[in-house]
Amino acid sequence: MLSYLLRRLGLAAITIWAITLVTFVIIQLPPGDFVDAYVAQASAMGTAISAEEAHALRLLYGLDQPLWVQYVKWLGLVAHGEFGQSFEYGRPVSEVIGDRIWLTVALSLGSILVTWGLALPIGIYSAVRQYSFGDYLFTFIGFVGLAVPSFLLALIIMYVGFRYFGMNVGGLFSSEQALAPWSWAKLWDLMGHLPLPILVLSLPGIAQLVRIMRANLLDELRKPYVVTARARGLAERRVILKYPVRAALNPFASTIGYLLPFTVSGSIIVSVVLSLPTVGPLLLRSLISQDMLLGSTIILLLGILTVIGTLLSDFLLMWIDPRIRHGQH
Amino acid sequence: MAEPLKVEPILSVRDLRTHFFASEGVVRAVDGTSFDLEPGRTLGIVGESGCGKSVTARSILRIVDQPGRIVGGEILLRQAGGQVVDLVTLPVDGKAMRSIRGGEIGLVFQEPMSSLSAYHTIGNQLIEAIRLHSGLSKQAARARAIELLALVGIPRPDQRVDSYSFELSGGLRQRVMVALALAAEPRILIADEPTTALDVTTQAQILELLRRLQQERGLAVILITHDMGVIAEMADDVVVMYLGHEVEKGPVDTIFHAPSHPYTRALLRSIPNVLAKPRERLATIAGSIPHPYARPPGCPFHPRCPEAMPGVCDKGFPEETQIADRHAVACFLYGRETA
Repeated sequence: MLSYLLRRLGLAAITIWAITLVTFVIIQLPPGDFVDAYVAQASAMGTAISAEEAHALRLLYGLDQPLWVQYVKWLGLVAHGEFGQSFEYGRPVSEVIGDRIWLTVALSLGSILVTWGLALPIGIYSAVRQYSFGDYLFTFIGFVGLAVPSFLLALIIMYVGFRYFGMNVGGLFSSEQALAPWSWAKLWDLMGHLPLPILVLSLPGIAQLVRIMRANLLDELRKPYVVTARARGLAERRVILKYPVRAALNPFASTIGYLLPFTVSGSIIVSVVLSLPTVGPLLLRSLISQDMLLGSTIILLLGILTVIGTLLSDFLLMWIDPRIRHGQH
Repeated sequence: MAEPLKVEPILSVRDLRTHFFASEGVVRAVDGTSFDLEPGRTLGIVGESGCGKSVTARSILRIVDQPGRIVGGEILLRQAGGQVVDLVTLPVDGKAMRSIRGGEIGLVFQEPMSSLSAYHTIGNQLIEAIRLHSGLSKQAARARAIELLALVGIPRPDQRVDSYSFELSGGLRQRVMVALALAAEPRILIADEPTTALDVTTQAQILELLRRLQQERGLAVILITHDMGVIAEMADDVVVMYLGHEVEKGPVDTIFHAPSHPYTRALLRSIPNVLAKPRERLATIAGSIPHPYARPPGCPFHPRCPEAMPGVCDKGFPEETQIADRHAVACFLYGRETA
């Protein structure tokens, strides 16, 4: 058991290192570098930057050095918990990302909890009352949720929220709180703004999980152990909740592995549409301007989130499935 | 000589009909079955697959799966106090029916490999069943669970109680199923093909266990099987079923020595015999079981029956006829025709 945990943690560390390498390489792949993009942007705005100035910038950011030197220097920084300077913002990357990472994590966790909280009961209902009106209704909503792109859904929900409910849509804070230091009032403001983006972000996940839960539970409901539990005199509700639902729960644990990074990366467009101060739009911006250190840091964070998510789901699975715990199938 | 004292049956099934309403049509899985189970005796129900044996068992416990439904008949259970309840009239998930499931009637199922939850220890499932019907404390129920595991012959029961089902062999799992069925000390045990999924040695052990438990506790047992050998070894009384009807019933000796229904005779002929000459072909029943949506008119067995009488057997349905004490047959060879 302990050796399993240690092995998993060791593998996670190796995976994260591999991610840093891949991240750095991918970020370098587009032609040109930050200075090229900077020069192009400046000339588009009517300012000319001379070749000497450009060269000086390259020296300043260390862009003249070979790739592997840049990688080792970056890795050295990362190992110390620093992520270097953002070229574009001229501030440390950690400062640029700042609160955004925590808002992103809050949004992701909120979405996962809502996804689980809604998908589980709806999935159980749909399976137990298969082919009922409610089942068809949820199936319909589910397919709509899967088929409609999230950003479109975001626009519709924003419109409806604003037009008919007078809600304060967009962003995670009211304008007066956005730049204020953290306080109870700001936290309260955040709570008021969270539900809408969380709803938009969780809908595709809910739709998917409901289908998975329904299919799994339908399989389990037909298994003999359900009949024997019933034959022992247990009440129907208890039979279903204790036995087949437990057996159908595995996908819930495994989804956290991909839901965690998905709510960050898959939500870029949604975040832009809803102007959420999360990491997603920042990543998009850094990729456009080839702000290497900022971009690779965010991608690295995404990678780490994926590894953490997978690790969490493995541990959860081990906790809920004794066959995994006891190494048998 | 005085008339032998008539024993009151503990369970009487009267003209039970359980049909399945699928979109393709209605399957009459059980279509007018009647039999009595007497206390302390073993009733064997035998027949080919699809003849309605298992559905009969599930009907008694009222756990027939959708789209199946009991559409007629009575299931009369004589309770410990002597009062008789008709299980068909009880609400399916009501308190009364739930206390009978497990409490008065225990069920052992045919698939020990998948009849236990892999996510809970066997102790967890046993203690749940014990406490459900007795209100014992957790500790007392655990002690009782260990006792039960010892009773059904599981070695080191105090350790096994914390095992998961996948850590046990098929034979041990079936013993756990028997322990689970007996958790609330029911007076009736229904064993639905309890040995079908097990190897021959384990089969013999499980049957031996059932017999011992029956003798020790005076259980009334309904043993459902397709295996005439098991019937010969275990049963006191036999019901032979074909396509949802019982075609013959009587004491085990009568059924084996004086089988009267052509189907019973055919079944007995198709048992492999160690005394048979080498390379002799095993007798089989001609034809195959009709499709469930296309049951033949008249006597359901007539298309496969070597003694079928044209114009009689394909027209009317044979009523059950008493041909001797405790021996009844539903066949036109013996009885009068009913429309």
